[in-house]
Amino acid sequence: MGAARSAVSEKSGPMNAFRALMQPHRIVMLALLLGAVIWCAVALRWDWIPEYAPLALEGLWRTIWILVVTCVLGFLLAIPLGLAQAIGPWYLSAPARIFCTVIRGTPLLLQIWLLYYGLGSLFPQIPWIRSSELWPYLRQAWPYAVLALTLSYAGYEGEVMRGAFGSVNKGQLEAANAFGMPRFTMFRRIWLPQAIRNVLPTLGGETILQLKATPLVATITVVEIYAVSSRVRSDTFIVYEPLILLAVFYMIIAGIIALLFRRFEDRVPG
Amino acid sequence: MGGADVLSREPIGTTQAARDADADSAGQDEAIRVTDLHKSFGTLEVLKGVSLTAQKGDVVAIIGGSGSGKSTFLRCINFLETPSAGQIIVNGEEIRMRQDGSPVDRRQIERIRTRLGMVFQAFNLWTHRTLLENVIEVPVYVLKVPRDEAIKLARRLLERVGLGDKADTFPAFLSGGQQQRAAIARALAVEPSVMLFDEPTSALDPELVGEVLTVIRDLAAEGRTMLLVTHEMKFAREVATHVVYLFEGRIEEQGPPEQLFGSPQSARLQQFLQTVG
Repeated sequence: MGAARSAVSEKSGPMNAFRALMQPHRIVMLALLLGAVIWCAVALRWDWIPEYAPLALEGLWRTIWILVVTCVLGFLLAIPLGLAQAIGPWYLSAPARIFCTVIRGTPLLLQIWLLYYGLGSLFPQIPWIRSSELWPYLRQAWPYAVLALTLSYAGYEGEVMRGAFGSVNKGQLEAANAFGMPRFTMFRRIWLPQAIRNVLPTLGGETILQLKATPLVATITVVEIYAVSSRVRSDTFIVYEPLILLAVFYMIIAGIIALLFRRFEDRVPG
Repeated sequence: MGGADVLSREPIGTTQAARDADADSAGQDEAIRVTDLHKSFGTLEVLKGVSLTAQKGDVVAIIGGSGSGKSTFLRCINFLETPSAGQIIVNGEEIRMRQDGSPVDRRQIERIRTRLGMVFQAFNLWTHRTLLENVIEVPVYVLKVPRDEAIKLARRLLERVGLGDKADTFPAFLSGGQQQRAAIARALAVEPSVMLFDEPTSALDPELVGEVLTVIRDLAAEGRTMLLVTHEMKFAREVATHVVYLFEGRIEEQGPPEQLFGSPQSARLQQFLQTVG
């Protein structure tokens, strides 16, 4: 066994990885996992899956695009929010700080409801909005979901970026200054990439948190993957099976996010 | 004895008259002229009127004890520190300052800085970019040199400082000596008219100092204009055309290296040379 372990540390091929798994405690764990899977497959009811598969795929897709869009937009907002707090004059830093404090200090569920029931019921009363090209979108629920999740991500990440901008080594910026780099070029080429690099592990974790915040939009009728599982439950009275499958889906997405961020981190040494 | 004694220095133009033979004014050969430079941090006056002229091709070594203001002086030349008062002329162009020493025109500072290749004590290579990317960064994104041209030059420069095989390595994986040599290549890539070295070997392990000094020695030999703040007295004596000894923000003594190290006049310099060996 000791020999197997040292062989693994020397080189890591698929054969060695396999050998690494073949240790008593790991074999027991694998057997338990396999047993659980088989039990789930045999003892639980999965006959509802074919009927709901198309809806589930649609919901999965909606969860993913809402996650991606809100993270990207939210991060783009977080950059100026962080920068304003890090080096901005008071009339920029104060509003940015207030925004981040309010967002971080209130439940996301509340923010979603305030936007959807607040703005969403205000807009129909304004004639020019009703007659505008945007109205077909504004009468749906998803724009409010996207807005709320974007603002939430921006609020948290704005705070993260504030620290990130401050954490960049002064010598790095001084070198850029010494070579006459204009301020915006320096920001784009040196400061921002280094700030992001410094907080990549944090951002990865926050993105996974954002994933797990997406079910909240089901409360305003956006049918994402969690809403589908609720639908299955209320239609068929099958409770656990959809939830177990749902958990698996979230774990897979979270795993992919973690993997992507790991790859980003490995590309540039810290 | 404020600025009077420091102003007395004659330009050392004998070494480098040939380069710009058709220059009609004397100032044409001056790479840097600093007049009566003052710098205070709060109430602490670090520079109390320093004047210095470097002709093209000069290697000026600036020596002095800790806190003598030598690094601050160097950093004032490219405005990494804002001088409190004085005049700085780089390649015949005066940096326009307000009454308090702050620059009038940031773009002028930026333009002048692109011609001053700075090498830092702590290397300050950009850690998120490979060596090659570090070297082409300023040519491509500031000087707008075509990328393939910049890469060609960068490879040549990395080759020259002995890092040809490390072009695609990140700074974090290199020794201090290698990082500093790469930093020198980065400074050379802007084709600087003057190179500023701010204690380039002070952060290095003793066994790595030699490789960096070798590179700097080569640059001196090819007639580059350099200002070099250093603790390496032997090296200063060897490569410098002119040595300046700073003491408490003033030039205590200056002259050719043989004279300054061979027969120092001031008691403070004598003592300094004894303590640093």
